[in-house]
Amino acid sequence: MTGRTFSAPGDHLEKQDPIAVSRYRGLTRINHWITAAALVVLLLSGLALFHPALFFLTGLFGGGQTTRWLHPLAGLLLTASFALLFVQMWRLNLPRREDVQWATHLGDYLSGHEERVPEVGKYNAGQKVVFWAMAGLILLLVASGVMIWEQYFPHLVSIPVRRTAMLVHSIAAILAILVFILHVYAAIWTRGSLRAMTRGTVTGGWAWKHHRKWLRELAGRGGSGSAE
Amino acid sequence: MTDRAPQPTTAVANPPVQPMEENLGAGDVVRASAMADLPPPDRELTKVAKLIDVSKCIGCKACQSACIEWNDTHPELETNVGVYENPHDLTPEMFTLMRFTEYENPETSDLEWLIRKDGCMHCEDPGCLKACPAPGAIVQYSNGIVDFIHDNCIGCGYCVTGCPFNIPRISKVTHKSYKCTLCSDRVAVGQGPACAKACPTQAIVFGTKDDMKAHAAERIQDLKSRGYENAGLYDPEGVGGTHVMYVLHHADKPSLYANLPDEPRISPLVETWKGATKSIGLAAMGLAAAGALLHGLFARANRVSVEDEWDAAELVARSGEGKDEQ
Repeated sequence: MTGRTFSAPGDHLEKQDPIAVSRYRGLTRINHWITAAALVVLLLSGLALFHPALFFLTGLFGGGQTTRWLHPLAGLLLTASFALLFVQMWRLNLPRREDVQWATHLGDYLSGHEERVPEVGKYNAGQKVVFWAMAGLILLLVASGVMIWEQYFPHLVSIPVRRTAMLVHSIAAILAILVFILHVYAAIWTRGSLRAMTRGTVTGGWAWKHHRKWLRELAGRGGSGSAE
Repeated sequence: MTDRAPQPTTAVANPPVQPMEENLGAGDVVRASAMADLPPPDRELTKVAKLIDVSKCIGCKACQSACIEWNDTHPELETNVGVYENPHDLTPEMFTLMRFTEYENPETSDLEWLIRKDGCMHCEDPGCLKACPAPGAIVQYSNGIVDFIHDNCIGCGYCVTGCPFNIPRISKVTHKSYKCTLCSDRVAVGQGPACAKACPTQAIVFGTKDDMKAHAAERIQDLKSRGYENAGLYDPEGVGGTHVMYVLHHADKPSLYANLPDEPRISPLVETWKGATKSIGLAAMGLAAAGALLHGLFARANRVSVEDEWDAAELVARSGEGKDEQ
């Protein structure tokens, strides 16, 4: 069997007429939505403790005390869950030459002239930025988060270090939320993307328009008879 | 009819014995954690302070005993590891602690036994209150007392991060933060703090802040006349002054006394976290979310066209022929 450059094991043409391309298998989708649920819990509970104007959000979790213990546990869940996504996706998110060209054509992409944008594989440069930014920020968040986890690690670091961790944690969280907004927005703005994470497939036209190298590789590997 | 208790101006005199109404409450709060717009207080109380004269302290720990008794805490029994501190550190059950330092004065070659009663300093600008995310969990009364309102505490430990003196301790049992209250419950009924009441040498005294400063000035003058030329008052400016002050024989080197901070202030990291980060961060997140929503509602979406589907079908068909697998 020919090797894969632009697609992940399991990606295949699922059916013809109309064409459906399998993008994420069931386990990956469950993995993604667990990560997403943990992130939403973290976002709401974290914001509640971040700004007094948002403290009322603790009511969603049954009060301040519950929010206080729930937040770090959700953080561990997110870290573990994202780590699983990471091992599945990191290889195809490595930067390639065409990413630079893609990035220089960002204006064309946003203004609807995608025909002027170079062809890309399973992920474009924007998606890669989201992936690596999230990976880096989650690493920062979990490391600084453990340092300020009063309940289990009150003496892990000195108080001056704890102050630094606090600042790092809040800035990293703000950046992560901005990346999250970008991720959700892009998935909705680029119509036809959401079904990749719900049903697992995208249309042939979607793959042709946004990830042509990925589609070419899968087409070259043949139809739905893939053993993988 | 009951009267309101008088504001205590000393810990020495016995309080009135007839029933009296509490005289320190929610109406006297001038600052509360995570609450920006407080109603102005009903009245302005006279600032109070506790003055601890380390030169008069004999290290008897009567203050600790009085504190435990009044606050009804139960510090764990620990083992003797060869130092006088007992317990070994402040705990959620021990709000004040005598700290002992053996200092060999290089100028006189004398061994000096420096004893400092550690505990909350009741800062005029409290770092704990600034750091706390729970509305009303930390309050400051107009008389200067900084108090933890445990019903509102969520046990996050941010006060530990904010405090320049390493004072608050979080209970593993109740998951709430504890520290010296300056006996706000005694002050409310006209009595001075329990530690000051119990101190056999009056190394701990209590009264209005002005009185305490005047008393300290006398003590410092006395110490200077006895050769302690660096004697002085510890009422650090960096935190706006404190409502627990020390008379130190070596006021030029506070850190000699079991690492009492030389120049305490709320850490710039805490100020940045609770200042710029909080407001700029919230604005950035709010703008991004609102912008995305508006753009999503009103701008043209990125749609796949019918031609794209045809092109894809053609590509797949051609590939199939080329490989001749179907």
